[in-house]
Amino acid sequence: MRKTIKGIAAPLPLANVDTDVIMPKRFLRTITREGLAAGTFADLRFYNDNSLRQDFVLNQEPWKAANILVVGDNFGCGSSREHAVWGLRQMGIEAIIGTSFAGIFFDNARKNGLALPIITSEKRDLLLKLSRNGKIFSVSVENKIVDIDGQEVHFMMDDATQTALLEGRDDTLDSLKKSEAIDAFENSMSLKEKVSVIK
Amino acid sequence: MTRTLYDKLVDAHKVCDLSDGDMLIYVDFHIMNEYTSPQAFSGLETKGLKVRRPEAHLAVVDHVNATRSVEAPDAQSKLLIDNLESNCRKHNIAFYGLGDPRQGIEHIVVPEQGLASPGMLIACGDSHTTTYGAFGALGFGIGTSEVEHVLATQTLRYRRMKTMRVTIDGDVAPGVTAKDIIMKVVQVIGAGGANGFAVEFAGSAIRNLEMAGRMTVCNMAVELGARAALIAADKVTQNALSGHAHSGLFEYLSETWETDPGAAFDQDITIAGGDIEPLITWGTSPDQSVPITGTVPSTKSFVSPKAKAGLERALTYMGLSAGQPIQSITIDTAFIGSCTNSRIEDLRQAADVLRGRKIATGIKAIVVPGSAMTRMKAESEGLREIFEAAGFQWRPEAGCSMCLAMNDDVALDGERVASSTNRNFEGRQGRGARTHLMSPAMVAAAAVAGRLVDVRDFV
Repeated sequence: MRKTIKGIAAPLPLANVDTDVIMPKRFLRTITREGLAAGTFADLRFYNDNSLRQDFVLNQEPWKAANILVVGDNFGCGSSREHAVWGLRQMGIEAIIGTSFAGIFFDNARKNGLALPIITSEKRDLLLKLSRNGKIFSVSVENKIVDIDGQEVHFMMDDATQTALLEGRDDTLDSLKKSEAIDAFENSMSLKEKVSVIK
Repeated sequence: MTRTLYDKLVDAHKVCDLSDGDMLIYVDFHIMNEYTSPQAFSGLETKGLKVRRPEAHLAVVDHVNATRSVEAPDAQSKLLIDNLESNCRKHNIAFYGLGDPRQGIEHIVVPEQGLASPGMLIACGDSHTTTYGAFGALGFGIGTSEVEHVLATQTLRYRRMKTMRVTIDGDVAPGVTAKDIIMKVVQVIGAGGANGFAVEFAGSAIRNLEMAGRMTVCNMAVELGARAALIAADKVTQNALSGHAHSGLFEYLSETWETDPGAAFDQDITIAGGDIEPLITWGTSPDQSVPITGTVPSTKSFVSPKAKAGLERALTYMGLSAGQPIQSITIDTAFIGSCTNSRIEDLRQAADVLRGRKIATGIKAIVVPGSAMTRMKAESEGLREIFEAAGFQWRPEAGCSMCLAMNDDVALDGERVASSTNRNFEGRQGRGARTHLMSPAMVAAAAVAGRLVDVRDFV
């Protein structure tokens, strides 16, 4: 990923935005990761007849072009569906700034280069206000700072997540380098500790 | 050094530390479904990787299949189901598909097959994997990239959570079920109140629950953000381990799977069991609940701070007004099912309410047993006759069905559903559908009355 994410930030202050809302179920019946941009926030973006809902911030100027969201507490709760993160990335979202994220969503975001800077509620309220004014945000993952017109807001991000985002590594391939440690662990297990599912 | 049950489980599964602060942990058993696994298998394909231990995985079909018949509801669903079967065949993984007598909702099937046991680490591409904490096992949901990771390495990247103990002491009143206990916990702690925590449930109200109730509690712990839920293994757990297909085939005896006396938790919360009433959600987050004897809250009445924020939006979506008595809310549909509440014990509780009664005119009522085995058992006990005589549709196939409406059981815009499920999110059961969460017995009572009603008036 880019070390600095710069762009319009859209305010989405609702609490408990769940992954059913981020990616409604009718878009989940797929065996690929592609084509999910159309599904992202679909019920908030479109009416039943597919016309645009003007009451939704991502359908309004200047936030149509947003690549950053400032969100309410507990964003990404509910279902484990990684489709929610794939869809957000495919619609161009690169960072979501909030006070707290659901655990599985957080891990899915990290795997897909979606930065989730964590801030206090006071700072979040400030960023919501600035985002409503259409300010350009600059999110430095390297320095853990959001810069808005020279105003700096520090955010939290654990080291492993920061490293993962900056390196953009493939975790599966990276962990396979630890095959010796996995072998050793398996060799230390008793036969009784090895599940074998009846086919 | 004293340790919590959670720390014992993490320690027992740690493979190695990683340089950036994460660790690799070993996954004893991994379950897959048809909708969160396809891209994991294609990831293996692209990277030229194989499944490290095919025998340590199980795949079931449960999310998209119709429960009216064994036929897939449409071509897209069939694609997902067929894709899972062919991936399993290719990688030599156990597959319990449609028509298999062991098929059903993953979190119903696993305990039924004896595949959950104290001391295990269990992962699954489904958030309700916290269910296995009921066995003193560390179970948690993962995303599709992590499904690929566990297939290839039998491990996951992990960081230790903070620990929270929720103690529920004292007997609960008659008519109060495990569902009400966990809904109370979610109400008190709030949706997301346990983000970053592994939660252990303790206290006499928990100890007194049978395994089905403990599974309901741990299952819905994810609704408060808990990444893991745990209940110490005891005699009740031990008794539940025998008599299944995998019983005795494996065991994990390296520790006593309980928290050492005196071990400290990062957070301790106590709830009096006697204070819990049968609960109903009125909003669009699982923490937005009130007792069945209550009224729809207004911004002036007491609700948790987190619940307060979305109150007005939730009331609009739900078509309710502040101050309205809960028992004045009429329903269109009653649904009994899901990984939270479709076990034989749940069906018995609902059937006890329905015996000799009929559902109200115009109500659509559906019961979807959690697995083929659960259905067979219920039929052998005569429960099907009770449900059908009352006017419920008894579904011949098992699956998640209207809990998340990925199949053809979709509630319509504005349709109000009394539901034994776990999430009342906007659009969860269909676009514009209005979900009220409650225990299965309360759903049965609501179906009879045609409105939300106190099950304790039905005894």
